[in-house]
Amino acid sequence: MSEHLIRGRVGLAPSGADPAARPAVRWRGTPLTWVHGGGLTTLLFLAPMLIVFGACSWYPIVRTVVMAFQHTNLVRPATWVGWDNFRAVWDDPLFPIAVKNTLYFAGLALVIGYPIPLAAAVIMSELRRGGALFSVLAYLPVVIPPVVAVLLWKTFYDAGSNGVFNTILGWLHLGPYPWLQDPHWAMPSLVLESTWANAGGTVIIYLAALRGVNRDLYEAAALDGAGVWRKVWHVTVPQLRGVLLVTMILQIIGTAQVFLEPYLFTSGGPSNSTVTVLLLIYDYAFGNSLGGDYGSATALSLMLAGALAVFSAVYLRLTRNWSQS
Amino acid sequence: MSSGLVSPSEWRRRTVRWAVGGAQAGLLVALLVLGLGPILWLAKSAISPTADTIARPMALFPSGAAWHNLTSAWNDVQVGRYFWNTVVLAAGSWAVQMLVATTGGYALSVLRPRYARFVTGLLLATLFVPAVVLLVPLYIEIVRPPLIGHSLINSYWAVWLPAGASAFNVVLVKRFFDNLPREIFEAARVDGAGAVRLFTSVVLPMSRPILGVVSVFAVLASWKDFLWPLLVLTEPDEQPLSVRLPAIQPQTELGVFLAALFIATLVPIAAFLIFQRSFLRGSGLSGAVKG
Repeated sequence: MSEHLIRGRVGLAPSGADPAARPAVRWRGTPLTWVHGGGLTTLLFLAPMLIVFGACSWYPIVRTVVMAFQHTNLVRPATWVGWDNFRAVWDDPLFPIAVKNTLYFAGLALVIGYPIPLAAAVIMSELRRGGALFSVLAYLPVVIPPVVAVLLWKTFYDAGSNGVFNTILGWLHLGPYPWLQDPHWAMPSLVLESTWANAGGTVIIYLAALRGVNRDLYEAAALDGAGVWRKVWHVTVPQLRGVLLVTMILQIIGTAQVFLEPYLFTSGGPSNSTVTVLLLIYDYAFGNSLGGDYGSATALSLMLAGALAVFSAVYLRLTRNWSQS
Repeated sequence: MSSGLVSPSEWRRRTVRWAVGGAQAGLLVALLVLGLGPILWLAKSAISPTADTIARPMALFPSGAAWHNLTSAWNDVQVGRYFWNTVVLAAGSWAVQMLVATTGGYALSVLRPRYARFVTGLLLATLFVPAVVLLVPLYIEIVRPPLIGHSLINSYWAVWLPAGASAFNVVLVKRFFDNLPREIFEAARVDGAGAVRLFTSVVLPMSRPILGVVSVFAVLASWKDFLWPLLVLTEPDEQPLSVRLPAIQPQTELGVFLAALFIATLVPIAAFLIFQRSFLRGSGLSGAVKG
C-alpha cells in the first residue's frame, strides 16, 4: 500500500512536465494492478464528491444549456425550439425593466456599500485595543439569517408615522417617509438593508488584508513627509489594490443576482420598481401555478451568466492594464 | 505598538490623536447602533405587547413585558417544530458537506491520482458559474430524479445533497491538506498505514482548525438558506424557519411574529459568539481563496 502511494506521487510529476509521456503511463497496467496499486481506494475516496458534484452541479450546468433551447413543461416530451426562448425573454416588456432595476440596485449598492467597509476597516486597524469587540459588532448582522433580517427591516420600514425609522426620523422633525411603498424609495430601501446585512463580511476581509501591509512602507512614506491622510491614499489603498478589485467584482456579481430582498420586501412592486432579473427568472419558472416556463427561465439565467462572464473578462482586462501602468 | 498607518510621532500630536480617536469612537457608536441596535430592538419587541410595538416602537416597555409572546410563538405558531426542522436540515447539510469536502480534498491533495488535475479543474470551474444557472435544472432533477424513479420533493435529501456541492469547501480543505507536512505522511506509510488509516488517524486529526471553519459555515449557510428549501419542501410541516417565517407573517400577531424572528436569530448569534474565532478566520480566508 505504501509503495503505490509514493509511486503515484512520483508518477504525477513527469506526466505533468511532459504531456507526451502520459499515454504510455496510462496503458502500462491492467485493471488488477490498478486495484492493487490503490486506484480503487482513491476512486472510492473521490466518489462522494464526484456523485454530489455530478448530480448537483456539473450535470445541471450542462442541462441548463440544453433546456434554454427547448420547450419543457414536465408533461410532454421536450421539443427543440432554437432561439425562441431567448427571443421570448427579449420581447418581454418586463425584461428591460428588470435589467434596469438590477443595474440600479448593483450601482447603488456599490456607491453606498463599497466605501463603508474599507473606511471602517482602516479605522479599526489603527485600534490600540478592543479590536475584537469592533469585529464582532461589525460581523453581527452577517450572522442574522437573511430572511429574519429582511422581515425585521420590513417592520422598521413601516410607512406610518409610528414606524421604527419614521419615529426615529420624527425626533429630528423629518418624514414620515413612504419607504417601500413608493416606487422611488423602494429600491434604495432594499439597498440600505442589503448593505447593512453584508458589509461586515467585507470588513473582516479588509482587516485580514490590512494586516499584510508592509509596515516599512508607512515608515518610508512618513520619512518623506507624508501625513496620515496621504499614507492612506498612497500606501494603504495601493497595497490593498488586489483585494479591493476582487471584492468589487464579487460584490457586483453578487448584487446582479439579488433575489431575497425584492422577493420578500416588495415582490417586485410598487409598480414593478423592484423587479430584478432573478425575480423574473423565478417568475418564469415557479411564479405560474399552471406550470413553469422553464425554457425562458433557463434562457434568462444563461443570458445573465453570459453578461457576468463578459463583464468579468472586461473588468479583469481593464484592471490588469491599470495595475501595469 | 509598532508603527502602523499612524506613526508614534504622529500619535504624540494632539490633533492626530483627537482625529483618530474621534473616528474610532464614532465608528464604535455607529457599530453599536447599527450592529447591536436592531438585535436589541428585536429582543425588546419580542417580549413587548403588540399594541405597544405598533403605537410606540421605540419606547421601553410602556405597559410592561409580554413574555407569553415567546411561548405562543413556540407552541401556537409551531415555531418549535420549524426550529427542529431547521436543526435537522442543518445537521444533514453539515454531514454531507464534511464528507464531500474531507474525502474529496484528501483524494485530490494527498492521494493525487493522475486525473486529479482534471477533477480539480472541473471543481474550480463551478466557482465561476452563478448559482442561478443551477436553479431550474436542479429543481427538475429533484422532481424527476434519474435512477431513483420517484420525486424527491419533500424529502430532506433534496436539500442535503445539493448542499454538498460546494467547491469553496473542497478548495478550502484541499489547500489546508496541501500545507500539511509530507514527512508525517511518509512516516505513517513506513509504519504501514494505508490510505484509509492515513486519512482517519493522521490527516483528519491534524485538520481540526479548517474543519471547524467549514462546519461553522456549513451550518450557518443551511440556517440562512431560503429559496431552495422553499422550492423543494412544499409541505409546511417539513419546512425550516426561513421558509415558514414569511408564510406565517400575514396571520400572526406582530408581537408573536417578532418573538418568532427572535427565536430564529438566537442560535446563529449564540454560535457566532461561541465560535467567533472560526467565523472571523473563515471570513478572512474566503477573501484569500476568492483572491
